[in-house]
Amino acid sequence: MSDVVLSVQDLTVDYGLHDPVRAVRQVSFDLARGEVLGIAGESGCGKSTLAYAVTRLLRPPARLTGGSITFTRPGEDPVDVLSLEGDALRAFRWRRIAMVFQSAMNSLNPVMTVRKQLADVFATHEPDLGRKAVEARCEELLDLVGIDRARLSAYPHELSGGMRQRVTIAMALALRPDVIVMDEPTTALDVVVQRDILDEIDRLRELFGFAVVFITHDLSLLLEISDRLAVMYAGRFVETGTSRQILDNPQHPYTQGLLRSFPSLRGDREALRGIPGTPPDLARLTGGCPFAPRCPHAFEPCTHEPELLDGVACHLFSSKAVAA
Amino acid sequence: MTTLDVEHLSKVFTVRDQGRRSRLTAVDDVSFSLRSGETVALVGESGSGKSTIARMLARLTRPTSGRILLDGRAPGPKRAYRGQVQMVFQDPFASLNPAHSIGYHLRRPLLLHGRTRRASASDGAVDLLRRVNLTPPEQVARRYPHELSGGQRQRVAIARALAPGPRILLADEPVSMLDVSIRLEILHLIDELKREEDLAVLYVTHDLATARYFATSIMVMYRGQIVESGPSDDVILRPAHPYTQLLAAAAPDPATVRPARDSLVVRGGKPPATGCLFRNRCPHAMPSCSSAVPTVAVGGSSSHSARCLLL
Repeated sequence: MSDVVLSVQDLTVDYGLHDPVRAVRQVSFDLARGEVLGIAGESGCGKSTLAYAVTRLLRPPARLTGGSITFTRPGEDPVDVLSLEGDALRAFRWRRIAMVFQSAMNSLNPVMTVRKQLADVFATHEPDLGRKAVEARCEELLDLVGIDRARLSAYPHELSGGMRQRVTIAMALALRPDVIVMDEPTTALDVVVQRDILDEIDRLRELFGFAVVFITHDLSLLLEISDRLAVMYAGRFVETGTSRQILDNPQHPYTQGLLRSFPSLRGDREALRGIPGTPPDLARLTGGCPFAPRCPHAFEPCTHEPELLDGVACHLFSSKAVAA
Repeated sequence: MTTLDVEHLSKVFTVRDQGRRSRLTAVDDVSFSLRSGETVALVGESGSGKSTIARMLARLTRPTSGRILLDGRAPGPKRAYRGQVQMVFQDPFASLNPAHSIGYHLRRPLLLHGRTRRASASDGAVDLLRRVNLTPPEQVARRYPHELSGGQRQRVAIARALAPGPRILLADEPVSMLDVSIRLEILHLIDELKREEDLAVLYVTHDLATARYFATSIMVMYRGQIVESGPSDDVILRPAHPYTQLLAAAAPDPATVRPARDSLVVRGGKPPATGCLFRNRCPHAMPSCSSAVPTVAVGGSSSHSARCLLL
């Protein structure tokens, strides 16, 4: 596959040096140019840690302890993202991979105007740009995300939640990156604003052709917006596939449980139960399938953790494969 | 059979902005009833006033005008009222005191409301934990909030609300802080308790899908006003008000193909203060929308009504 822009192999992230907690365990995916990859998971499953690892934003006590990340632009040599340091890393980050964080209020500086914060990106990455040119680029960015140019002088608290999130998206777009990692970008917003932002992302993606890694706990949302989807549980991908496959034919019992966790808005009323029990504590994994304690189909092989094979990490399927 | 009647309830907050004072109408002339064995959902976007209504019903916020009647009578002192009307809050991480055990959280309301003697308070707490399926209850009672997951904490919050033996339960976004996979369990728990104890439930949420799934009827709020109300299926499947149509179209629903939404909302314009408050975003707005808009029955139904001139 030549159109893969970001390739992640066996990525592993630990927290702490002594008795480390493994938050992301051997996660692999290929992101194609212009594609939306959705990553679904609940709190504590490691999805945000994965986002920070991919953008090289991890801070101690989190450490990348294994795996590789390769970034490729067409016609250029592949970049080993994990070996980048110092200026090379600074030049790569944001220009090639940008990020939109969950809480726009926390990712914007409350004592700086929108103009100053957008201009900051250019001051760091394109220092040769003149003041007028920077102003023009900032105005253009606000136009792109549908905010009035006059708001360049506004402080974050003067903007609504949706507008703040638009500003962070504008900031991520500033250098026309190839990949934007979005970590719960619409979770704090209500449905109408969320819909606006999603449409905006879609429109901009068509315009600029960037790829998106979209991380959220809201599977119903992901099914709608992503091309491919990965379901994450206890630090690992337990199921991957196209959105259609996962909606029509979910394999892993966890994915099936998640799909039964929200009622359909207009469909028939069915008996829905969610998933009994609670997500596991990553510090106390037993070595077996981490979902087994909540799984209705758990059987003996589940004392060993299954590998991700053919898009699903579950013994129900690997044993069938053996039998066949 | 218990009913809580809300008549012409309004709340106006005074907002101070750089020395200027302005008035913000958070809740504007709202009337409805809660009845035993029924769940009423109150849906709307953030800032629409739905939590303010729940807080006024819990008597945490004093209404500017209007009345709340419990079984047809003006309610008495706060403590007696709260023995009948209890609330479950949104954030189970903030609503439990980290310095006290779960048992303490449950013994206190039992004692304050005279439901138990000091000697048997622990038994009462264990019984409450059993009713919300927190097992083993004796052990859970000794734990502290930080030792529990979000879902378990919300069960504790529900058990605490049940302690005084209320007839009416106000649930303000009870699952929006919880993981998707455990939300339904909590909503089912509230639903089962409603049936077992014949509670009247007010379910405040921004999630239309669970509102339809769990509630008998739905009220849709927009900027302090109820713009549409009726039986759940009618409101969601045949929304009459343009704002309800917008909400229903915006909700993620992988099972159905979304209609083209361009016609559903227009952007911008200064939010109006009189007439129809939605008219600056409404694709069907007409000059007459700036006059007072009556609430009218939808399609001859006695229970489904909306506040719109189109009907």
